[in-house]
Amino acid sequence: MSNQIGNYSLFIALFASIFLIFQSSNSIRSKSKNLDSKIFSALSVQSLMVLISFFSLIYAFIISDFSNETVYNNSHTTKPLFYKISGSWGNHEGSLLLWLLVLTIFLFIFLISSKKLLNKYRLLTILFQELIIIGFLIFILFTSNPFLNLFPVPKEGTGLNPILQDPALAIHPPILYLGYVGTSIIFSSSLAALVCGMVNKIWAKHIKKWIVISWIFLTIGILLGSIWAYYELGWGGFWFWDPVENVSLMPWFCLTALMHTIIVLEKRNIYQSWTIILSIATFSLSMGGTFLVRSGILNSIHTFANDPSRGIFILCFLFVLVLLAIFIFFIFQKKIMKNLSKTFFVSKETAILINNWFMMFFLSVVLIGTVYPIFLEVINSSKISIGPPFYQKLIVPFLIPFMLFMAVGPKLKWIKDNLSKINLNQLVLLILSIIVSYLLVKLYGVNYLFIIPLIGLGFFLFLLTIKDFFSKESTLSQKISHFGFSLFILSILFNGIFTKEFTSNMKVGDKREFINKTIKFENLKIVEKNNYKSLVANFSVSDGKDSINLIPEVRIYNQPKTLTSEADINSTIYSDNFLVFNVIKDDGYYNVRYQYKPLMMWIWFSIILISAGGIISYFKKDD
Amino acid sequence: MVLLVILKKMIKNIKFIIIILFSLFIFFIFLKGLEKPNNYFPEKNLNKIETNLTFKKLYDQKEVLLLELINNNNFSIINIWASWCLPCRDEHIYLLNLKSTDKINIIGINYKDKKSNAVKFLSDLGNPYSEVLTDLDGTKSIELGAIGVPETYLVNNKNKEILTKYIGPLDAVKFKEILKIIENEKN
Repeated sequence: MSNQIGNYSLFIALFASIFLIFQSSNSIRSKSKNLDSKIFSALSVQSLMVLISFFSLIYAFIISDFSNETVYNNSHTTKPLFYKISGSWGNHEGSLLLWLLVLTIFLFIFLISSKKLLNKYRLLTILFQELIIIGFLIFILFTSNPFLNLFPVPKEGTGLNPILQDPALAIHPPILYLGYVGTSIIFSSSLAALVCGMVNKIWAKHIKKWIVISWIFLTIGILLGSIWAYYELGWGGFWFWDPVENVSLMPWFCLTALMHTIIVLEKRNIYQSWTIILSIATFSLSMGGTFLVRSGILNSIHTFANDPSRGIFILCFLFVLVLLAIFIFFIFQKKIMKNLSKTFFVSKETAILINNWFMMFFLSVVLIGTVYPIFLEVINSSKISIGPPFYQKLIVPFLIPFMLFMAVGPKLKWIKDNLSKINLNQLVLLILSIIVSYLLVKLYGVNYLFIIPLIGLGFFLFLLTIKDFFSKESTLSQKISHFGFSLFILSILFNGIFTKEFTSNMKVGDKREFINKTIKFENLKIVEKNNYKSLVANFSVSDGKDSINLIPEVRIYNQPKTLTSEADINSTIYSDNFLVFNVIKDDGYYNVRYQYKPLMMWIWFSIILISAGGIISYFKKDD
Repeated sequence: MVLLVILKKMIKNIKFIIIILFSLFIFFIFLKGLEKPNNYFPEKNLNKIETNLTFKKLYDQKEVLLLELINNNNFSIINIWASWCLPCRDEHIYLLNLKSTDKINIIGINYKDKKSNAVKFLSDLGNPYSEVLTDLDGTKSIELGAIGVPETYLVNNKNKEILTKYIGPLDAVKFKEILKIIENEKN
């Protein structure tokens, strides 16, 4: 039953979409001053229909309706309710339905929140947004329909990948999608603004809210993904420069650049074309990311599930949108008012432009690292793999000037400033930081690329941002985000340098010495759980004074039969103790991996601070 | 008409042309990329074993040419498997049975697996393979024409030709079929 409801409501949404495209282009031609009430009701119907179909999918998952193919492939009666629900968007079909849901709801919110703006601009935004929505609707209905019937109805489903049974991952995709889809509104509205010739302060003020909100969701989404990778994958890291991770980072760089540029547009009415280009690029990267992940062009682990027509559809759809954007940009570019106000070299505008250059550089590194292997394979069919060293070597050294500009930039005034503001205080701070970093590096004998200037500037930025809290020069949101970033860089550096790892094969009762710690394998139990069996080990790690117990698990899931290692992580504000074990053979020995990782909590905390800056800026009253 | 004028103007705009050409270039690369063998099917002749395909052995990590392994008996079976693959456990009993017919040598290709897990799998369930090869990143199996695990190929050793291909686990029906083909080919 829910299958039919879901399917038909999607078709109604498709008709609403077609109607909206015609109606909005008609209204644009007739130059009406007020928004047609038909458009408003059609949009409401569309959002409601997509909402209904989404809930009917969730319902099918909750009652384990295995006549639905998606449920059969991704659920199981013994799964906990929470993961049954999250399972509905943990798969290809369901996740696209979620994309669509957010698309329609965002457009609806846009319509309500843009009442004060030009009617033509609103209509054009609806038109562009509906073009995106119709593409997704066709894609869902004809290549990845989540409501396909199965007959005869199977008695039991084939389960969800147990690695995906994790709270962070259950909410990770929806949050990330909110960010991705937010960029679609930015895309549509920037094209609309370009066509109306209103790329100006008013538009900047309006769209800034959308940029900030997408940026917040994208940042938190990436954070949740890393937390999941750290706690669940048990590889002892939180970022692996994996293509799927990179794909979420690329729009983030672009969006961060856009978030800074839009302030310039709002305050000074310059960089109009650049803002539009960034808006288009951000959305193209979000869509491109979906293409890379969903088409299977990047990974080929589960080629069974991949249907080539899906990849081709997203690719064509993406390029239709990109080409449309390029055409519109070149046709209406002349409409952008030439702003003849002069920009001076030492000014906030330039500082923000420099931020943009760095963002574009980081973006190109990640983009090349992700896409180049695909290109190379197509062009001369050689296979290469690009790993973390590539990114580290190219990104890390450039963090040094980046942090320097980040420390100085926000202090500059709009229009024109002079460098005499860089006073003795700051120079003393800089030299002090470098000395501290030098001593630190000498003391611990660290040998790492550019480590002294990196830590030095990290400290410098850290101290300056703290000092800024007592000045009135910039906004609170900026202070918090920049402070969070300096904390982030420092925690990552110290974490990278001081992480210690130890691996060994141990059996119950064994003791191993590691630096100043003793690791003891206390005991091992077998626990039967609802949908898995678990080997629970107990290790004690003591450093003479204190002793902590770590209880990692190896889980054996039934449906589908999989082994997963659950690391046990003991987190304190200073450091994390990470321990994971694996079954080797049936001879009583287990492979044990122990890691001491300082300041892990601070990495999470600093990213939360960075996004908190965004949240404050979002709720700040306009002046 | 207006559109045509605008288009004519834009064709003269060199920036526009470059950007359009560049995005079309990317489009076609991706389009080609979608068709590339490691996603779907290789475009090669799938009935012959590639002559230059080499693998590392699971136990001693020595490089070996796949073709050299296909000449001990009358027939060979190439079985692509992994310890993490559940259907591989189900079909294992049929492979053990095939091994006992002694007209066939069975070559296992361990697909995207950890050595420790693979070794454990074989010591737990028994080793039907005369030789176990590894394919860490899955690219070699793709060149063989595989699209997933498990897959099983029956090869005639005389002309190195793949007689049949089974996508998915072996079962009683496929098992009998293999025995029948061997019986027929011999006569």
